[in-house]
Amino acid sequence: MSKKVKKRGWEHFPHQADVGIRGLGSTKEQAFEQAAVALTAVITSPDRVKPARKVQIRCSSPDDELLLVDWLNCLLYEMATRKMLFSRFEVHIENNNLKALAWGQKRNVAKHCPVVEVKAATYTELSVRQDEAGTWIAQCIVDV
Amino acid sequence: MEHKSLKRRSEYEWVIEPFGKMRVPAVIYADETLIKAMDEKVCQQATNVASLPGIVKASYAMPDAHWGYGFPIGGVAAFDPDNGGVVSAGGVGFDIACGVRTVTTGLTADDVVPVKKTIADLLARKIPAGLGSTGKLHFNKKQMDDVLAGGARWAVDRGYGTKEDLTRIEEHGAVSGADPAEVSDHAKKRQEDEVGTLGSGNHYLEVQQVTEIYDAKVAEAFGIRPGRIAISIHCGSRGLGHQVATEFLKKMATAAAGYGIELPERDLACAPIKSPVGQQYLGAMRSAINCALANRQILTHLLREVFASVFPKAELKLLYDVSHNTCKEETHAVNEQPKRLFIHRKGATRAFGPGDKNLPPELRSIGQPVLIGGTMGTASYILVGTSESMSLAFGSSCHGAGRSMSRTQASRQWQGRDVVKSLEQRGILIRCPSLRGVAEEAPGAYKDVSEVVEAAHNANLSRKVAKLVPLICIKG
Repeated sequence: MSKKVKKRGWEHFPHQADVGIRGLGSTKEQAFEQAAVALTAVITSPDRVKPARKVQIRCSSPDDELLLVDWLNCLLYEMATRKMLFSRFEVHIENNNLKALAWGQKRNVAKHCPVVEVKAATYTELSVRQDEAGTWIAQCIVDV
Repeated sequence: MEHKSLKRRSEYEWVIEPFGKMRVPAVIYADETLIKAMDEKVCQQATNVASLPGIVKASYAMPDAHWGYGFPIGGVAAFDPDNGGVVSAGGVGFDIACGVRTVTTGLTADDVVPVKKTIADLLARKIPAGLGSTGKLHFNKKQMDDVLAGGARWAVDRGYGTKEDLTRIEEHGAVSGADPAEVSDHAKKRQEDEVGTLGSGNHYLEVQQVTEIYDAKVAEAFGIRPGRIAISIHCGSRGLGHQVATEFLKKMATAAAGYGIELPERDLACAPIKSPVGQQYLGAMRSAINCALANRQILTHLLREVFASVFPKAELKLLYDVSHNTCKEETHAVNEQPKRLFIHRKGATRAFGPGDKNLPPELRSIGQPVLIGGTMGTASYILVGTSESMSLAFGSSCHGAGRSMSRTQASRQWQGRDVVKSLEQRGILIRCPSLRGVAEEAPGAYKDVSEVVEAAHNANLSRKVAKLVPLICIKG
């Protein structure tokens, strides 16, 4: 693949005790959305989660990196208290304020076979940046 | 790991003398093999901790130390409140008061092995485990505040256990200074249905058999005999603790500059003990400790119900309950003077030696039981605190095996079904809601717990008492 092609997607990267999640996109917003898919993928396969219901999420932080952690932790809070899993995301960021929609469904142990509960998104290996090819990367380690 | 500044001080003690912004040395207790296999990040994180304001004596790492969040996992550090000392949300971690308790049963393997499957199935049904499991107790905000103030004492007052249990829990079942008003509504909401649940990841309830005794006198005092059955529970403060940690990490990370604290990495987020943020965190963190103590107490009650239905005469006695992610206010000798300090133990177990007045009278001449969890395929160990440990690392020891392989790598290497099958062939029954979860927790993904325990023993951090091997493991 040519270096100039801007990627969109997600991946996990290894950490000795926990898991690294990474979102890639042509915009910062897309990278945040993909990082959220990577978060769901720690718990279950995102394809198994129907985007049936939407939830609104807002948060703000002094910089992009703290905002990424805040966004992921807000999602964890919604997952825990609404007993939902999410698979589709739409993120808007303006002046360090994030407004987002997350689509998902009630979690179902038989259907989703959740592997592990994520305790929190952390500041370890935390970075929000653009690479030379212009791809936005949003990543951190999550504690499981 | 071959860190250029790391010098060997004795067979089991390695030191990095202060350089750069370090205020005190960093000390790692381990043997040569463990040091060689240790992640370079442990040195980096231990030296970062050594640069924090008000740190006393040294920044310590236990033999099972590995790469953590700000602090290494297996990190111990004490701070002096009268000398600008800090309290760090990162230094306690996300699973506040995660810990282990061990219960003795008086039963033998001959009693339990023939009904192993029945017990495994009953436990799997009764103990809420894995993501999405909910406890039987549901609380409103006022009731939650009572749990957070009362800890295991609250649980015992409601019939979940006995008064004797409380004498065998650190802080006698509830840490003082908890301030539930400092715990956000979000954190309380997250805990609503999670009181009395095991959680997931490396949390477990394990039925174990005592296979080796290393110190007969101490084992007798602990009620541990060869061939006997014990049960250990490993879990923490659940959603409430995770939310408290998350919120205060951000608060401390953003407030640090205002307090003139330069953070080498954001996960080291901290605030002066005497500052408003520091005090708020202590009130909230202690509430989370009590939440964990209540949680393990309720799980013990469920465990007792299961055993009573199979062995009506069995008496399940709590040996001890230790928390290995905490910050506690304790008195320690500094320059031969007693001093109140705030001791952070991140993935490290308190290990008080004989004579400490916090121990119950019958254990005071013996020392504190130190409970070290292994993996579902290896072994767990019971150790005892030593007098030496008080001066070596503020009365602290290791906490477990520690991973040697990432979850991603483990789930690629093993199939959950094969892991369950091979353990069953070795007489270990696994019950887990997720097979991928079993693969990620495969015994091969962990370091050798025996080696870690041996190093803790040889370094005098705590002394070996007994080895226990698993018969049944309920994985979260």
